[in-house]
Amino acid sequence: MEKHVVVIYPHPDDESFGAAGTIAKFREQGVPVTYLCGTLGEMGRNMGNPTFANRETLPEIRKKELIEACKVLDMELIMLGYRDKTLEYEDRNEVAGHLKGIIEKIEPSLIITHYPEHAVHPDHNALGAAAIEAVQLIDTEKRPTVWAQAITNTHVEDLGKPDVINDVRDNFDTKMDAILCHQSQANGVIRSWNQSEGMDNDLKEEAMKRLGFESFYIWKY
Amino acid sequence: MKPIDLDKVQEKLESFTDKDVYVHLETTNGAYASHVNAKAYNVGVYIRNAKVRFNQAKIVGDGKSYRAGLKMEIGWIYAEGLTDWEMFEGEKLLMAGHDREGRLMVALQISETPFNY
Repeated sequence: MEKHVVVIYPHPDDESFGAAGTIAKFREQGVPVTYLCGTLGEMGRNMGNPTFANRETLPEIRKKELIEACKVLDMELIMLGYRDKTLEYEDRNEVAGHLKGIIEKIEPSLIITHYPEHAVHPDHNALGAAAIEAVQLIDTEKRPTVWAQAITNTHVEDLGKPDVINDVRDNFDTKMDAILCHQSQANGVIRSWNQSEGMDNDLKEEAMKRLGFESFYIWKY
Repeated sequence: MKPIDLDKVQEKLESFTDKDVYVHLETTNGAYASHVNAKAYNVGVYIRNAKVRFNQAKIVGDGKSYRAGLKMEIGWIYAEGLTDWEMFEGEKLLMAGHDREGRLMVALQISETPFNY
């Protein structure tokens, strides 16, 4: 059993779409989970549908949504205070040092983050790389395991089959509850799924198909 | 935000002329454009808290979508596709263009005090 799991993603909602089922499973086992959320998604373009946010109110709205989602997933939240879309321009070593300080305090046995260069959004790639570097800076015998999540369309071609594939369909209600806490974002993301195919079929069924499995690569140091 | 009212927005724009003001100007088609559609391109730009001074300002449009142009001593600021507006915290003029899913496509915001950063 894991001792403590630390999840490191840059945006409010990355945790819910990407790893909520895995987080819920750990919490069921009584494993503490802490989310280090990089930014408040200040530059998101989904303003709700119909719109209820604007560029200036979005950060506070997303912060509230994030706190709610963390309540649903029953995990501790630490907000890192970076700004959306800027993580790749921050000094990599500084971000890694910042993360290392927090990781050394928590002493997790497992870290979940994005797979650098295979995570689509520049913030995902940059924070994933910083997290992996942070762990590298920790003494070998104290290093937690790192699960890196790749989300490019070609990640299986590029990296092979993921090492960890969690079937989270049993925890799917919790995952959907967490996703729907992100009210400003969830509608926009879910709607983007049916741009190509007419998605009249059950939303939950479609969500289950897309989000029912959460997969990770074990980072090799 | 609410649909742009040309006369009201024009009046607000003029209230910022010949003053040092802070501008937020942005356009985006999202960080996932080419991820969800291989034929699309990711394009975006933003500038936040540029300190500028303009001496003329005008908003033009057809009742649905509007363009705004701000004339500075040695240049221009321009935004197309604006649909909605509001006065934020009483003194910041926010204008934005949203698509039918409520996603921001373009924003032009003007304030006498800096925007949060």
